[in-house]
Amino acid sequence: MGRKLLLEHINVPGINTFDVYRSKGGYASVEKAIKTMSPDAIVEEVKKSGLRGRGGAGFPTGMKWSFLAKPEGVARYLVCNADESEPGTFKDRYLMTYIPHLLIEGMIVSSFALGANTSFIYVRGEMMPQIRILEKAIAEAKAKGFLGKNILGSGYDLELYVQPGGGAYICGEETALLESLEGKRGNPRIKPPFPAIAGLYGCPTVVNNVESIAAVVPIVNEGGDEYAKLGIGRSTGTKLISAGGNLKKPGVYEIDLGLPVEEFIYSDEYCGGIANGKRLKAVVAGGSSVPILPANLILKTVNNEPRLMSYESLSDGGFVSGTMLGSGGFIAYDEDACIVRNTWNFARFYHHESCGQCSPCREGTGWMEKVLHRLEYGHGRQSDMDLLVDISKKIEGNTICPLGDAAAWPVASAIRHFRDEFEWHVTNASEATTRNYGLAHYADPLPKLETA
Amino acid sequence: MLRVEDAQVPVDFSPELISKFDDIVSRYPKGKQKSGLLPILHLVQAEFGWVSVPAMDKVAAYLEILPIEVYEVASFYTMYFLRPQGKYVLEVCRTSGCCLVGAEKIMDHIEQKLGVPEGEVTADGLFSWRGVECLAACGFGPVLQIGPEYTFYENLTNDSVDKLITDLTAKAKN
Repeated sequence: MGRKLLLEHINVPGINTFDVYRSKGGYASVEKAIKTMSPDAIVEEVKKSGLRGRGGAGFPTGMKWSFLAKPEGVARYLVCNADESEPGTFKDRYLMTYIPHLLIEGMIVSSFALGANTSFIYVRGEMMPQIRILEKAIAEAKAKGFLGKNILGSGYDLELYVQPGGGAYICGEETALLESLEGKRGNPRIKPPFPAIAGLYGCPTVVNNVESIAAVVPIVNEGGDEYAKLGIGRSTGTKLISAGGNLKKPGVYEIDLGLPVEEFIYSDEYCGGIANGKRLKAVVAGGSSVPILPANLILKTVNNEPRLMSYESLSDGGFVSGTMLGSGGFIAYDEDACIVRNTWNFARFYHHESCGQCSPCREGTGWMEKVLHRLEYGHGRQSDMDLLVDISKKIEGNTICPLGDAAAWPVASAIRHFRDEFEWHVTNASEATTRNYGLAHYADPLPKLETA
Repeated sequence: MLRVEDAQVPVDFSPELISKFDDIVSRYPKGKQKSGLLPILHLVQAEFGWVSVPAMDKVAAYLEILPIEVYEVASFYTMYFLRPQGKYVLEVCRTSGCCLVGAEKIMDHIEQKLGVPEGEVTADGLFSWRGVECLAACGFGPVLQIGPEYTFYENLTNDSVDKLITDLTAKAKN
C-alpha cells in the first residue's frame, strides 16, 4: 500500500473542521514555513520535490514558481484553479469537500512563498456546496490567526477569497480563468506574456491546481527530498486518481506514481476490476482530453512491459500507442461500451465548451460533432473517418489555448484504435439501435484479452 | 420561450442584496470591481430565479460598467438563465462517465415524468430540466444538481428521481 500524503486523514470524523484538522497535525506547515523558512527556501523545497502540476499539464511546480516576476511595489497573486470540469476528473471536488483545510493550508504556505498578500480560489460555479465549505474553513482559519493580518505574529498578511465561476470548462485554462476572475468572458489570452509576468490585473500571478497546492503541505512538512523519494523517475510523489466508468469500485484513490495500471484496475485495494464481470475494452487514463487506449495498450507499453501510472510510462510510445497521465481522470469502458457514441459525446462536449475565439476550434469542434453524430445515428459515410482525422489535424496546434488539442486527440485516437467499429457503424447503425450506450448493436469486435 | 413581458419586469435590489454585493466588491483592488460580476450574477439569479435584462442593467449600474459587459458575460457562461425557468431546474450530467452508467436513460425518464421537453417549464411552473456537461462526479453517476444551492444527487435511478420530484412538489406546496 502506498503512502497517503493528502488523504491520510480523510476518514477522520470532523476532519473538515479546524479543530479536528489541527489535532491531526494540520497547519504545521504554516508554522514551519512562516517561522523558520524564507520564501525562497520554500520554493527551493518545491523544486527539490519534483512536484509536477496536478491539473493535467504536468509542468514542474517549483519551476513555475521561480518564473514569478517580483517588481517593486507591484502586487503578486496566487490563484488556485478549482474549476474542475474535465470529463473523468473529480478528485478536486472530493478533496475540497472532505478535507478543505488541506487546501487552505497549502494556499497560505504557497502565498507566503510567492509573496502574495491576496489570493483567490477560483471554484467552478456548479460547486456551490464546496464553495460554502471552503468559505467556512477560511473563516475558521482566520479566527485562529492563520489568515488575515500579521499571521502568527510574523508580520505577514494574507486575505484568501473564494471566487465562483459561471459554468465554462474553458476557465480551467489558466489565462481564461484570470479573464473570468476579472469579470469577463473566459477567453484565453495569447501567451506570452505568461501569468508569471502579467496575470491577474496585469500583475505577476501563479495559477496552480487544487491538488498541486495541497501537495505543498507535505513537501514543506517533510522536505522536498523526502517527497521525491516517492514515485518513480521524474514522476515523484503521490497522485490522486479519480476512477469512473464501468469499474467495480469507482472513486478517488491516492497512489504512489509508478503503480502498475493493471494493479490499479484489478486489485481490491483500488478499483476491484470491471463491473458486472465484463471485460475491459478501453481506458481514458487522464481525463477526456487525452488519447483513449484499447485494453491491451493501457496494460502494456510498446516494449511489452507493464504500463505504470506515471507521466513517462503512460506516454510511452507517443500518441501511436501511448496516452498521458493528464489530470488523473481515469475512465474505464467495458466490452459493451460504444466507442463511436463515446467519441461523439466527447466531441459534443468540446464543441459546447469551445469559447469560439479561434476559428479552427470554433468551427472544427462543431464539424466533428456533426460527423460523429451522423455516424452514430446511421447516416455515416466510409469517408467520414478520414474526414474526422483531417479535421482533428487542422485543429491541433492551431489555437490559442490547448482546448483545440483536447478536442482533437480523443477523436483521432478513437479512430486510430477502433477504426473497425467506426466502419461497422457506417453500414449497420441506425436510429433504432442508438440511444443506448451499450454495444448491443455491434457484434463482438474485441480481441480476447487475458487479464488478471 | 422568453416572453416580452418577462424581459420587461422591473427588478428591485433589496438593501440586503446590495449589502452582499458590497461585501463581494470589497475583495478586489480599487477600480477592479468588475471582478465581482460573476458572483453578483449568481446572487441575482438565486434571488429572482433568472437573470433578466432589467436586472443586468441594474448590475451594470451598480458596478459602474456598460450593460453590454454584463450581457456578454451572462450569455457566455452556462449557469445563468436568460429566461424564466421552473422553480426547480433539474440539471443532469450528460457527459461520458455518467452516460456510461445510464444518464441518457435518466434524462428520458425525467422527460417522461415531467411531460416537458428539455428546457421547457412544467405547467405548474415547478420544474424544468436540461442536460449539462460534466459535473465532475464521474465516479458516482448518474448525477444531477438543483440550484440555487446546487444540491447534488448521485447514483440516480428512476425510483430515486421519482422520489426527488415527489418530495420537491410537496415542498413547494407547503
